[in-house]
Amino acid sequence: MAEVRSLIRPAPQRPRLSSPEVEVRICLGTGGVAAGSREVLKAFEEGLAKAGVFALIRPREDECSGRCASVTGTGCKGLCAMDPLVEVRIGRNGKLQKCTYGLVTPAMAEEIIQRHILGGEPITEWLVLSDEHTTGYEPFYAGQEKLVLRHVGIIDPEDIDDYLEADGYQALYKVLSSMSPAEVIDEIKRSGLRGRGGAGFPTGQKWEFAASYRSPDGVKYFICNGDEGDPGAFMDCSVLEGDPHAVFEGMAIGAYAIGATTGYLYVRAEYPLALRRIRIAMQQAEERGLIGDNIMGSDFSFHIKLKEGAGAFVCGEETALMQSIEGQRGMPRLRPPFPAESGLWKRPTNINNVETLAVVPWIILNGAEAFAARGYEKSKGTKVFALAGKVKRTGLAEVPMGMTLREVIYDVGGGIKNDKKFKAVQLGGPSGGCLPESLLDLPVDYETINQTGAIVGSGGMIVIDEDNCIVDTARYFLSFTQSESCGKCPPCRIGTKRMLDLLNKICEGKGTLSDLDFLEEMAQQVKAGSLCGLGATAPNPVLTALKYFREEFVEHVVDKKCRAGVCTALVTYTIDPEKCTGCRACVRVCPVGAISGERKEAHVINREVCIKCGACYEKCRFDAVRRS
Amino acid sequence: MTSETLVDRSHEAELEERFNELLERYRGEPGALIPLLQGAQAIFGYLPPEVMRRVADAAGEPLSQALGVATFYAQFRLRPHAKHTIRCCHGTACHVSGAARISEELEKYLGIKPGENTPDMLLTIEEVHCVGACGMAPVVMIDDRAYGKLTPEKAVAVVEAFISQVEQSEAEKGGVGEASKEAEE
Repeated sequence: MAEVRSLIRPAPQRPRLSSPEVEVRICLGTGGVAAGSREVLKAFEEGLAKAGVFALIRPREDECSGRCASVTGTGCKGLCAMDPLVEVRIGRNGKLQKCTYGLVTPAMAEEIIQRHILGGEPITEWLVLSDEHTTGYEPFYAGQEKLVLRHVGIIDPEDIDDYLEADGYQALYKVLSSMSPAEVIDEIKRSGLRGRGGAGFPTGQKWEFAASYRSPDGVKYFICNGDEGDPGAFMDCSVLEGDPHAVFEGMAIGAYAIGATTGYLYVRAEYPLALRRIRIAMQQAEERGLIGDNIMGSDFSFHIKLKEGAGAFVCGEETALMQSIEGQRGMPRLRPPFPAESGLWKRPTNINNVETLAVVPWIILNGAEAFAARGYEKSKGTKVFALAGKVKRTGLAEVPMGMTLREVIYDVGGGIKNDKKFKAVQLGGPSGGCLPESLLDLPVDYETINQTGAIVGSGGMIVIDEDNCIVDTARYFLSFTQSESCGKCPPCRIGTKRMLDLLNKICEGKGTLSDLDFLEEMAQQVKAGSLCGLGATAPNPVLTALKYFREEFVEHVVDKKCRAGVCTALVTYTIDPEKCTGCRACVRVCPVGAISGERKEAHVINREVCIKCGACYEKCRFDAVRRS
Repeated sequence: MTSETLVDRSHEAELEERFNELLERYRGEPGALIPLLQGAQAIFGYLPPEVMRRVADAAGEPLSQALGVATFYAQFRLRPHAKHTIRCCHGTACHVSGAARISEELEKYLGIKPGENTPDMLLTIEEVHCVGACGMAPVVMIDDRAYGKLTPEKAVAVVEAFISQVEQSEAEKGGVGEASKEAEE
């Protein structure tokens, strides 16, 4: 598509140069940074400069003569468990050797430079991905297909030319130069794409509604919902951090389809890195005429405004989000009228989630059929899941819909950490539920998962093991929704509070069997009596926990036991005199002086004084402290 | 007049100037209340009553509306706030990986509860729901930097290192601003 390039304004003072001979690309997603990738990046820059063989350049900014190398940051590379992840590419054009290292430290960076980059021999024992060597991490990548995440972790999100080189803005060009709005809508409809924010509403149909309404003054809005509030889901964060232009491009295509000229990108304030990269990317896209007036010489104009959320989970609900953009308290309102008819400032408005929009350019370029060929029954294409919790390979995994939960957790995720026993997988965050082992062979598909009482939702997949208490997990989600309830509907505002009181009572060992029935009854009432999705789904974690793990609730109320040892009130700590070596480590760590005993003699915990904080249990190196 | 008050005055004047610019930038723009509150908080660190009044005025809203919005969203603070913020992530992945123990240990170490400031106004501690680094759970953020795969002990060590870094740069450069910039980078 040489034509596209000629229509894009050239970069001011950024000469195009051939790519460097050695490229080091380091994950600078939130997870990577948390693992220390900035320090690793610095170590590579300093190490390569010190080696003296290469001139260290910034591609497209610096002139390069002779041998040169570059060190760049990318978005999330997926396998967060092994962060910091570092990809080393050696060679030019035709022959390119690519290797990805995991758990890289600054000291390892030095060695990678010496042995691999200078010496030519990859250090096989540190590899997680390589064209030439087996690493043991192949199953993580084998089941994945990256459509949404096609650029995330590969390109430098702060350099628009990296995106342009990787087919960026070509879908927008195709749409503007050869497709009518109706054709765009038809393409998306045929692809079977459904909203990835959680509800799974068909995207093409949503666009068709928004396109069908006329605005009194011609103004329509196109909103991208980046208020990823589900705790445990971070795919939108990673897409915004790693490939912000794909989201702009998806927004522009959607806006063209529905006839909008103003867009809002609503991102939560808790994602400072994403916000920073969006600002950089937006400036570059405007500079190059890819957002703004008469995009690529067409008569289509589209402006995007960035709105920073102010911290309210309920703003993920579309009508609440619009209230928030209008500067109000983010409280949902009754639908109809739907936003397509009367949304932001009473104009026809369309809202889509980040992941949904990021895949739109791929569909336009590769065709609806290619997308629809992947997936399962009514759930087409791929979905990004955030694998976290007690699974070995935590990270982001994009798999075709219809893969079974077991395949995602055990093949892609590598199974349970520390060889513990699987207890449940939590799907869909505070609106979803916990599913037991017996349901792991179900395919991940909107309809199938809905039947279990959980939801696919935004794709959070938190694995919990035998050390986690199911009652505590249910309580955790309810305390979340209770604190995030906007307060508009009494069943949600008061009902979630009363449900939480009951769960607290059960965790404290004061519950009764009739409380369990009352909890279920109240859950149904909250579901039925709430206006928006928050209240209507808030009881799901409790209902699924009661449905699949009732015996654990019964243990809490009848036997006054918490088998996982999580509910403090139901736990006692004792010291095994056979195992205790009398090292006094627990005596020193106990905050209330509850442990006594002479050096080299078995210690004793005074139960009257013990506050059950578990510090001794964590500290003991001889497994002498028992929790029961 | 001592030199210290002179410095304070010029600092105040600078804040006032920035605040005025902010008010003018958004005056009359629909939906400006939230960006105005965010901007004002970025300038003053929190939202004192006088600032609230002037923001409401610029947004063309009654004070009650501005207060309603400010108290609805978790981001806004109506009381002074320490220079640096420790955010203990209590997202699902962090919760099941022991976030509660980390919060507990940090609160004990700093001697404050969530939402409180240390007496020297250097640090405050918050519990937040998910910072988007679930693969690294449990996670703590100090200002804009995340630290992952923590244990209660490691978390304390991270905070200790942060405090000594701030103190060191304060001693060297005569201000804490540099350290926080470094931490953000």
